[in-house]
Amino acid sequence: MTHRSNRTLRVAGLARVEGEGALRVRTANGRVDDVELDIYEPPRFFEAFLRGRSHREPPDITARICGICPVAYQMSACLAIEDACGVQVPAPVRALRRLLYCGEWISSHALHIHLLHAPDFLGLPDGIAMAAEHRPVVERGLALKKAGNAIMDLVGGRAIHPVNVRVGGFYRAPTRAELRPLAEQLRHALDDALATAAWVSTFDFPDLDVPHDLMALRDTEGYPIDRGVPHVSTGASFPVPAFSEHVVEHQVPHSTALHARLDGEMYLVGPLARYSLNADRLSPAAAGAAADAGLGPVCRNPFRSIVVRAVEVVYAVEEALRLIADYEPPEPAAVEVTARAGVGHGVTEAPRGLLYHRYELDAAGLVVSADIVPPTSQNQSAIEDDVRQLVTSYLDLDDHALVSLCERAIRNYDPCISCSAHFLDFHREDR
Amino acid sequence: MDRPTLAVWKFTSCDGCQLTLLDCEDELLPLTERVEIAHFPEATPRTRPGPYDVSIVEGSVTTPTEVERIRWIREQSRVLVVVGACATSGGIQALRNLADVDEFRSVVYASPELIDTLATSTPISAHVPVDYELRGCPIDRGQLLEVLTSFLAGRAPDLPDTSVCTDCKRRGLTCVMVAHGTPCLGPVTHAGCGALCPAVRRGCYGCFGPMNGPNVPALIPLLRRHGMGEGELDRVFHTFTTAGEWT
Repeated sequence: MTHRSNRTLRVAGLARVEGEGALRVRTANGRVDDVELDIYEPPRFFEAFLRGRSHREPPDITARICGICPVAYQMSACLAIEDACGVQVPAPVRALRRLLYCGEWISSHALHIHLLHAPDFLGLPDGIAMAAEHRPVVERGLALKKAGNAIMDLVGGRAIHPVNVRVGGFYRAPTRAELRPLAEQLRHALDDALATAAWVSTFDFPDLDVPHDLMALRDTEGYPIDRGVPHVSTGASFPVPAFSEHVVEHQVPHSTALHARLDGEMYLVGPLARYSLNADRLSPAAAGAAADAGLGPVCRNPFRSIVVRAVEVVYAVEEALRLIADYEPPEPAAVEVTARAGVGHGVTEAPRGLLYHRYELDAAGLVVSADIVPPTSQNQSAIEDDVRQLVTSYLDLDDHALVSLCERAIRNYDPCISCSAHFLDFHREDR
Repeated sequence: MDRPTLAVWKFTSCDGCQLTLLDCEDELLPLTERVEIAHFPEATPRTRPGPYDVSIVEGSVTTPTEVERIRWIREQSRVLVVVGACATSGGIQALRNLADVDEFRSVVYASPELIDTLATSTPISAHVPVDYELRGCPIDRGQLLEVLTSFLAGRAPDLPDTSVCTDCKRRGLTCVMVAHGTPCLGPVTHAGCGALCPAVRRGCYGCFGPMNGPNVPALIPLLRRHGMGEGELDRVFHTFTTAGEWT
């Protein structure tokens, strides 16, 4: 039925997203009444069992929040704990961390672009069906992903839940000679990344421009990955320790993930926000890829996030090559981080968007309280709002087409549902 | 002949172990030519009704719904392979087994009554018989491929059953405990990772869980001598494979 006035659209289990979620849309008399993104992923209570752990443990423990972006959790945790202990790591450690993080960006974005997101634009169910019709493209995507994983394997010791990261730096820094074959692989990856950006820019993108505020880190130099200061598209910015004064989470009955608001408003983090606030920070090849792909200085169409991700892959590959060329093995591989009582904050840019950690430590270095705000909980209200806008604009579509458009709108965000359900601390507004 | 069907199921987990399948970049497309992916929501919305020749199950059981679901999956599956520390020993979320889950719930949620969860996180084998268990947080890619290719070849998979020390010696790594005095769980931890931590000069932290018949009491004094205090000793055995049988 195309023009029924009262409809309920349901997607019982969202596919090609990380984790478990469902969608329910209710319309009545030609209006959208209700949109609920139901994250039914079982909670895992990380904040609860981080309490009483030593200050050295959160990088390993919080990595287990997400198998797809463990480095992001390790990096935000390290920054927060080092902040609490009054330590700043030296430049060579920071550079090696950024290289590891580039690996995660390349791998995660390549996975999302080729296996999860592109099938939507080609009218295909999945990456396997896509491989049947576009095998070289899928193989190129997998090669790109493999290059990202190679960085994580070499620098992190393992691609999923790396073992080589510690508070203060690394257990063992790779030698220059060990990084050399990686550079060779990355030079091929740069060609693949540029070809990918050109390819995704040819897709048809449904019209949708989000009005929400965008928030991303901005750094004094380079595109934001491993550090920076939160900036908002309104021109506002605030220091990292003020994060919880601006971003407040609340629980909704239909989801195990909390919803966040930025100064009371819904907002977006992730590739669109990063790009729109930092396009001037891209490397020449990435800036060229963005221009060739038709991106302006700001991109507010979530369907185009696949293009932004492709541009970010170009950046991450180029940046990894630069970091390898300039590599000086940190000596020692880690600086000593002596615990003291205090509170520390850490933010980095996970592939899906800004990821905030806060730890309170006692004098013995044990965690008194932990607070982690992952990207998907920050985006959840905006995702629901996108679905509301699309359903309003495309009410004439039949149920099947409308449901598939809604699913696409959710996949635009590459939502990391298991992260958002596993990691939400709650700011009690009623106290 | 029809290709055998493969289904991938997620329970309470971080998705890392099923991601390992997508991380088989070179083998992924050839594999999809040999098996039919019948259910794998992270990769495809297409799903076929069972029964399934092989089911891969990731994650632990933490909700009443999951208890029902794993029984149904067992009925639908000829071979059931459980993958990762969550599925084989409850995972990190099994820390709730030692604590008050209502208190955990109220730390994280303002309206804890809306959150439906069991007081325990249990491995799949606590609920249904399983055919193969792949250890690790996360599992090793090579072992996953070994299970799938052995199934296709009609033979039993060759999975390690020794300790991390065996892997370490095989790689020719210097023992971090003997040479550097770094506390290491290698002697009691299940092999299979390839001794990743000693390779970066770090002590093993046990993410593959206990080996069969681990002699933990013999290791404890050694860990103590190399500087592990009581709190740390307790925590190192109670992190990623809490519900595993260390003693």
